[in-house]
Amino acid sequence: MSKPSSAFSLPPVVSTLIAPFPKTPMEAVLSAFTKRLVARRPELLRRLGAVVQVPIAIVPDDMPHAFLLSLDETKSNVSICEKDAIADAKAVIRAPFLVLLGLLDGTYDGDALFFTRDLRIEGKTEYVLALRNTLEEAELSPGEFFGLSGRSAGWVNDVSGRLLDKARWFAARSAGKAGSMEPRH
Amino acid sequence: MVNSSPIELALGPCLFNWSAEVLLDFYKRIAEEAPIDRVYVGEVVCGKRMPFTDSVWPDVIEILTGAGKKAVLSTLSQPVNKRERQILLNQAEYDMAIEINDMSMVPACNGRQFTVGPFLNVYNETSLGFLAKRGALTWCPPVELSLDAIQKVTALVPEVEVELFAFGRLPLALSSRCYHARAHGLRKDSCQFICERDPDGMDVATLEGRRFLAANGIQTMSDACHFSGLTSGHLNSIGIRRLRLSPHTTDMVQVSKLYRRYLDGLVDAEEFESLLEEQNLPGPLCNAYLSGEAGWKRTAIPA
Amino acid sequence: MSSSNQKRMELVCPAGTPAALRAAADAGADAIYCGFANETNARNFPGLNFSSEELAKGVSYAHARGAKVLVAINTFAQAGQTCVWEKAVDDAAAAGADAVIAADLAVLDHAASRQPDLRLHLSVQAAANTPEAIRFYAETFGVKRVVLPRVVSVPEIAALNREIGVETEVFVFGGLCVMTEGRCSLSSFATGKSPNLTGVCSPPDHVDYKEDQSGRLQARLGGFTIDSFESGHAAGYPTLCKGQFSALGKSGYLFEDPVSLNAFELLEDLSKAGVTALKIEGRQRGKAYIAGVVRAFRQAVDGLESGIDARSAIAALKSFSEGGQQTAGSYKKTWR
Repeated sequence: MSKPSSAFSLPPVVSTLIAPFPKTPMEAVLSAFTKRLVARRPELLRRLGAVVQVPIAIVPDDMPHAFLLSLDETKSNVSICEKDAIADAKAVIRAPFLVLLGLLDGTYDGDALFFTRDLRIEGKTEYVLALRNTLEEAELSPGEFFGLSGRSAGWVNDVSGRLLDKARWFAARSAGKAGSMEPRH
Repeated sequence: MVNSSPIELALGPCLFNWSAEVLLDFYKRIAEEAPIDRVYVGEVVCGKRMPFTDSVWPDVIEILTGAGKKAVLSTLSQPVNKRERQILLNQAEYDMAIEINDMSMVPACNGRQFTVGPFLNVYNETSLGFLAKRGALTWCPPVELSLDAIQKVTALVPEVEVELFAFGRLPLALSSRCYHARAHGLRKDSCQFICERDPDGMDVATLEGRRFLAANGIQTMSDACHFSGLTSGHLNSIGIRRLRLSPHTTDMVQVSKLYRRYLDGLVDAEEFESLLEEQNLPGPLCNAYLSGEAGWKRTAIPA
Repeated sequence: MSSSNQKRMELVCPAGTPAALRAAADAGADAIYCGFANETNARNFPGLNFSSEELAKGVSYAHARGAKVLVAINTFAQAGQTCVWEKAVDDAAAAGADAVIAADLAVLDHAASRQPDLRLHLSVQAAANTPEAIRFYAETFGVKRVVLPRVVSVPEIAALNREIGVETEVFVFGGLCVMTEGRCSLSSFATGKSPNLTGVCSPPDHVDYKEDQSGRLQARLGGFTIDSFESGHAAGYPTLCKGQFSALGKSGYLFEDPVSLNAFELLEDLSKAGVTALKIEGRQRGKAYIAGVVRAFRQAVDGLESGIDARSAIAALKSFSEGGQQTAGSYKKTWR
């Protein structure tokens, strides 16, 4: 499915650079950090409710691969797969990569992104909502995700925050406009 | 305790903008021919319609009462201005049975008996018990309430008799905006009473042309025609005393006779439903609110 | 723009999660409303709302920043289950909530008789829009504030305030019910679940989105197609009242467009009309919305006294609105 370039889309050059990243170690790292996060914040599983153990596909428009996320008390798992290999997913979330990151750390409001069509969902809407609301509560700063605390977390958050701001600014500039959506008339 | 006296029939208030002449003819025929025990009269949906039909109600009440039917004044569901509020206060003083459809009327009816209409949000035994202490005698539950829920309430508040909404397009929503006016490019304040063009409501379909809803001024209704196919025994076991048939342009005398014959055991359920479908109904039959499901569906209600 | 004779209006802000509550308190909310994670409140969505422990912590956090916490127990108790709603009232009181917001006679009765020290607000779901109805709730249950249904215009609010002895609270931003709140069963007609029955409008487990090759997004509710957005056109919530239908041989938004409320332009009029509190809708929204909207309206309300212009802060909120569009709704009589 093609999607017109949004103000949030990564410039093609960035997408091309990301493409050859090794898949297996990245999966291992993401899965390990997700497991640790769930272990550290068991109350998040209660909030997730019915989404526990349900595979959800997260598909960045501007990256070559999709992520399959499955959350569970003990065996949370993140796998990286081809975009056409997500048939097992009960719900699919599609958006530019920066939008997905912004949802993760609470920079963006999910409903607003849905209204502007920057975020698209398919499948079981209730799972997407449960996941989105749980992430809202998780307040996932990059430091929190990597299980850091104190000064090191602050440092990671600072650096990644500045990088993300830059990336968003750069994406918006290369898309050539401030907002991606005209109001409907 | 199962009450085995026959289930009564009531004719609900006319929810549509029918002219005074049409109303008079309609109720004359009901008085003469319909096996209906009580009739709710008066304008319930839109206060702007009232001046056109005000004059007809005293005659209608006299005709109905003369024919041995109990007439109950049903009142406005959403009073919005001083005039409408004053009308309600005056109506609370009338020496006749009254149905209230807005909480505004609870204090005005203090010390007298009243029917709790389907537009009041009474969903549980405590709420109904509260109103019973203030004079509620009869309760017509909100249309979305299931038989299970109704049964729980009747078991705990046996002193209030229950009347089930049992025929007609479902009244689903009220608004301050008039959708008839909006669809015709008008505003509520200058609506030209355009809702009179659709005596059963204005059909509303999905973009794919699937029948769905109906607009009736500030009210939104179902396209489908709700019905209760419960036997007298089943209704009695739930604690329901009476069925409410909501007026439509189809022959309501025939509809009420059909319900009467079914409740009296003279036709079986299958025949009842097929005979009902032969009437000129405003939409296809539906009944799934009774089983706690989506109201548009038609389902088999377990006995 | 001075209005020294009027009291400063209170800003009442939504929170669907403890994180959102903190965001609202930090952004300058005077009060924050939230609900328990069950059918006792009208935003009963998956992943949303508070446990009793989370509420107690939230109350401490808010109180430390000078904000009150109001607990919405604003659905209608299910037959045979009223104890669940009663427990919610008791839990709210135990958590130190400043008030509960209720609509059901059963809930109000329990709160008034069992928790007499707990302040009671009448929820918009009670749809009390006349002095008679409001006085009934005030005199019977000691309700101190009524949240007005979005059916009244500003002059009508002013007239109402002259006739009643309790505070009024009105919605100023966010999702907009087109039908009278608490008097709408459209959702259950299509899905079996509704605000009054289950605390949810357009339940997500009955919502289905499909985007075709051309980028056209179709929204379905309970199997009924309720809207269709062309590629590049802004979308809205999957609610029936803001869907497209056909009637009289034409297709379009029969009830209302996908649009959100923004009554910023009317703040001074609302203040003059005697309104006590301004409410922001959106317990289902993210922290970004809460922080952005609360901050902008904080500026706007303070601006009524200080004269500081909040227009640009308010204008930035447009992207939070359904369909990218805003309306003053029923506050202007022409909306009808």
